[in-house]
Amino acid sequence: MQRSDRWVGVALALLGLAVLWSARAFPNVPGQKLGAAFLPMLVGAGLLLCALALIVRSLRGRAYASDKATAAGSEHFGSSLVVIAVVLAYIFLSERVGFLIIAPLCLLAGFLAFRIGWRRALLWAVVGTVVVHIAFYKLLRVPLPWGPITPFY
Amino acid sequence: MDAVTAAFGLIFQPYVLLVIVLSAIYGLFVGAIPGLTATMATALLVPVTFFMPPVPAVAAIVTATAMAIFSGDIPSALLRMPGTPASAAYTDEAFLLTKKGQAETALGAGLVFSVLGGIFGVLVLIVAAPALAEVALKFSSFEYFWLVMLGFTCAIFIAGSDPLKGCVSLLLGLLFAVVGLENPAGAPRYTFGSADLTGGIPMIPLMIGLFAVSEILRYAVVVVKPEMATDRPFGNVFAGMWALLKKYPLQLFRGSALGTLVGALPGAGADIAAWMSYGISKRFSKEPEKFGTGHVEGIVESGAANNSALGGAWIPALVFGIPGDSITAIAIGVLYLKDMNPGPTLFIHNPQNIYAVFIVFILAQLLMLPFGWGAIKVAKQILRIPAALLMPLILLFCIVGSFAINNSLFGVVVMGVAGVLGFFMERWGFPVAPTILGVVLGTMLEEHFFSSLIKADGNFLVFFERPIAGTLGVLCLLIWLWPVARMLRAKALPR
Repeated sequence: MQRSDRWVGVALALLGLAVLWSARAFPNVPGQKLGAAFLPMLVGAGLLLCALALIVRSLRGRAYASDKATAAGSEHFGSSLVVIAVVLAYIFLSERVGFLIIAPLCLLAGFLAFRIGWRRALLWAVVGTVVVHIAFYKLLRVPLPWGPITPFY
Repeated sequence: MDAVTAAFGLIFQPYVLLVIVLSAIYGLFVGAIPGLTATMATALLVPVTFFMPPVPAVAAIVTATAMAIFSGDIPSALLRMPGTPASAAYTDEAFLLTKKGQAETALGAGLVFSVLGGIFGVLVLIVAAPALAEVALKFSSFEYFWLVMLGFTCAIFIAGSDPLKGCVSLLLGLLFAVVGLENPAGAPRYTFGSADLTGGIPMIPLMIGLFAVSEILRYAVVVVKPEMATDRPFGNVFAGMWALLKKYPLQLFRGSALGTLVGALPGAGADIAAWMSYGISKRFSKEPEKFGTGHVEGIVESGAANNSALGGAWIPALVFGIPGDSITAIAIGVLYLKDMNPGPTLFIHNPQNIYAVFIVFILAQLLMLPFGWGAIKVAKQILRIPAALLMPLILLFCIVGSFAINNSLFGVVVMGVAGVLGFFMERWGFPVAPTILGVVLGTMLEEHFFSSLIKADGNFLVFFERPIAGTLGVLCLLIWLWPVARMLRAKALPR
């Protein structure tokens, strides 16, 4: 895991620099020497210092107990990509196609990614959509989007 | 006394009692499924509590978390998988007891000593919180500034095994808190011209992402097939508990006291309390050689510790608005939404609400006995529900919940980004709790720092002039300088 520390350190250092760079422009509190830039400056400097310490530590090759937390067994990144795709699909499509169309598709994609059989997946996709729709739209009055089926409602 | 009567009136209404019963069942269910944590249970509850009056909203969170921390013990004993991280410390012990044919003892001790530890934590909360609030009334911005700093310090040095990574997590949280218009100069910071970001990063979708979506991603990556340790029906789980109580009273007290204390420290919650208690139990035990072979002593002590931590965590949360763990960090967000802003004035202006919270706490612990017993009875059925079926449903719930807070897709965006971030933080060994603390307390830190600065008029020594502020400040600096001093001493001493 030390290699990840090194790259995370580089990324954090860049983030720290970006925060420091952008914080210069923030205005001061009237009548004070400090202002809106103070906390961001502090965070940027802190990130930079911590990042350098991380890099130095990983270069010296010192392992820490928490670094050993590697997952045992096989790992499937495919299903986690489906999870992310589902969130993206909801963000970009929900208002266009409506909740009652996007939600069962999202559920179906999730079930199939987690290797649930087709029949069961279809059933639970419909049941889940209806339950969430009733709970949030009817009971809690959240304005879930209707999309093209608005005229039929 | 009127306030206490009023508080009972607030609780003993059909609606509130129904909320308590439903959230108890929900908490038991979520806690019992490995991969669904108590914090996740809270994060998922928030969109629903959003639409409730303050007392049932808090009641739902308190009840669900208490139940979830107990029921995390069930899959520990049956599947060797902790239902919540708070049970991880004694999962092996409980599983080995089950293997030895003593599943009843493992589950019963988990239940009974959870209840007793929980009650201890609540009693401390009831006694300590109003007393502390009296003191806190006299606090000025200097004291609050140092309290927040002390909170950050605890989160970094106590909560994680690696202070450096804890520090990075905290700074990331502060960076999130910085976004938006809410700062002393009223200037837009890191809004990138987006109208959504001027209001800051919405807290609840962030929490749902960090604690629920990251868990779903984790589940998606690693697939584990658990196996049930026993197939026979359970006998009486309460048998032999009285004997255990008489045999281990000191362990119960020590676990409860340590749990409450660890819970009250910001950034450290039930899981750390359980690990520390298990370690202490083994160290001071008369038969330490039995630990790790299916011995109930450690379960008694750390089972009490993780439930007492819940009550402890609410002490700083209610009195100072500083969360004691990730669960109360979310709960504080709910309190603000409900106009129940935490702080000492809460005890003066709305004492009936505070008493109602106390009553719910006790009620939840008492309900845990029958409900927990029931949960153990149907445990095998619950554990047969495949997590693969639940995860997509939870994801949809997360999405709709994040949307519901502001009725805006921006919440879903924040949730998704936070989910991916939480996943990688965990993977690379960065603790999430300090991040949450930074997000919750960032604005408070800046506000108190600037009002102190204006009062101090450029003289930084004023930060140490008031007695309590000075003590807190020195304490903070000592904790920060301690590792440096130790490093210097190690270098100075020849090997």
